[in-house]
Amino acid sequence: MSDWREEPLIFERSRPGRCACSLPHYELPKATVPTDLARAEAPRLPELAEPDLARHFSALAERNFGVDSGFYPLGSCTMKYNPRLNERLAALPGFADLHPHQLPEDAQGALELCFLLQEALAEISGLDTVSLQPAAGSQGELTGLMLVRAYFQDRGELEQRRKVVVPDTAHGTNPASVTMSGFELQPVKTDARGNLDLEDLRRVVGPDTAALMLTNPSTLGLFEEGIVEVARLFHEAGALLYYDGANLNAVCGISRPGDMGFDVVHFNLHKTFSTPHGGGGPGAGPVAVRRALEPFLPVPRIVRGKDGGFALDCDWPKSIGRVRGFFGPFGVFVKAYAFIRVYGPALREMSEAAVLNANYLLARLKDVYELRYDRLCKHEFVLSAAQLKREHGISALDVAKRLMDYGIHPPTIYFPLVVPEALMIEPTETESLETLDSFIDAMRQIATEAAESPELLHEAPHDRPVERLDEAAAVKRAIVRYEFGESAPEPG
Amino acid sequence: MAATESYPVNLKYHREHDWARIEGGEAVFGITWKAQDMLGELVFFQPPVVGSTVAKDGVYGEVESVKAVSDLVAPLSGKVIAFNEKVQSEPESINADPYGEGWLVRVQLSDPGEAEALLDVEAYKQLLVEE
Repeated sequence: MSDWREEPLIFERSRPGRCACSLPHYELPKATVPTDLARAEAPRLPELAEPDLARHFSALAERNFGVDSGFYPLGSCTMKYNPRLNERLAALPGFADLHPHQLPEDAQGALELCFLLQEALAEISGLDTVSLQPAAGSQGELTGLMLVRAYFQDRGELEQRRKVVVPDTAHGTNPASVTMSGFELQPVKTDARGNLDLEDLRRVVGPDTAALMLTNPSTLGLFEEGIVEVARLFHEAGALLYYDGANLNAVCGISRPGDMGFDVVHFNLHKTFSTPHGGGGPGAGPVAVRRALEPFLPVPRIVRGKDGGFALDCDWPKSIGRVRGFFGPFGVFVKAYAFIRVYGPALREMSEAAVLNANYLLARLKDVYELRYDRLCKHEFVLSAAQLKREHGISALDVAKRLMDYGIHPPTIYFPLVVPEALMIEPTETESLETLDSFIDAMRQIATEAAESPELLHEAPHDRPVERLDEAAAVKRAIVRYEFGESAPEPG
Repeated sequence: MAATESYPVNLKYHREHDWARIEGGEAVFGITWKAQDMLGELVFFQPPVVGSTVAKDGVYGEVESVKAVSDLVAPLSGKVIAFNEKVQSEPESINADPYGEGWLVRVQLSDPGEAEALLDVEAYKQLLVEE
């Protein structure tokens, strides 16, 4: 008898002739496919009856762990609870049934919502104007740097300004965006307090600098204490400041990137503004800019006309153009806008609660896990399992896997790279004191287990549908295609 | 299977956890036990093109583990004359034998005098303690 938790592949459940759907009768003549494009034989698709199909996907769905299942302190990802209200509003027929090619005059309500979301994001960021076009945080980064590029090209300085400065704590997307947008990467170090190393910065900033890309608070969860001086340094050199909005959840309504001196900001709506994270999407990565960069924003722009109506405006000759075909996913805008409006002026309380929750966890865990930068954190913090590794051979990976046995999603591990055996923990504002306390109990218990029964951690997880996976083998010998064996059922 | 911690005395070390074994006018490069231990099991080695030049302290390739992608830093300058094809197909050899089977590239040195600036084993071990 196989383990009840074992779910076969859908191909293994396939039996010839079974079918879970019936296609409607079709009266038009059969289309002819050019012979050079037609496949020689029918694809071997799995054949299942509807109940078997439903059970297959239900079995897989039951194994899923999401923020609706339990605590999910995945640092830097801001896995906050997504209110049900968001879903209800996004499902309203006027929103859900819009066609991408709907004429602007027939979609005034949707355009108004987009326009008001742009205004809200401009206010939150302290900048002048916003484009909702980029489809994800990563595309927001790329778009932001393309704007920086267009700005310097317009000023005739692009040849000279080749370098974008990125700290060693940055998300991996930052150096990737720098390279993709045609700039050169200039790394800078982090100092002993976890701030940008000003001495290192003064050495590298010069007439060839285009911009600084900074996440503030950083991936260490620490607010950049020298930000005013840093901004002055870059602006005096004629360079721009780019704010990676990944950690915006820490500062909403408290401090604004525009007031800190940033010129370009991207937002991750799925982090700060409670839209779903799932399977890599659907994301949205709006960008906000200072007035001087407005001419370069992607077109079309969503604007309010003199008559009060909303329109798509393409008359921006210096624009970098479209960065994608349509605006959207539109439902994400509805959810983010709903979230912002529900909080209203109290948005500050969201960030305050996120910061309070993180500091509560930090204060109650730093005696059992090492803390490299011992100061108040913002919305997240980075502990280290280095001492557990030295003393008991227990790595951050072992701790993370063991947490799964306690019904808790592991935190981000081995990032940022400046902290060895890093455990990056972000509780978000939506967790109760009881949830936070149960996480503290689990983490403290795991530290005890590390000393008393390290093998328990090496072999974790014990109580999950699958055991410890061989991640290296999964990368090196990935099986991405089903191999029909001799015994596999023949297609009908 | 991971090797046990060791730092051979006949090697020169770079602060970024790379080593060089100098053999006349040539040198073999690799990463140290500490580097492979921090990275975890390696899954990918991107070698430089044979015939390309590498500069001391410059990046000459990269390795990827289940945790991170890491640049390979050249301890010395020269021209690449070979890379370890076995490591390309079996990157885990770096974990198993970082100073032997897990070597990465062989370089024709352009300035053997540069080796003066590298660390000897005692200085490198001291660096590990300080870090």
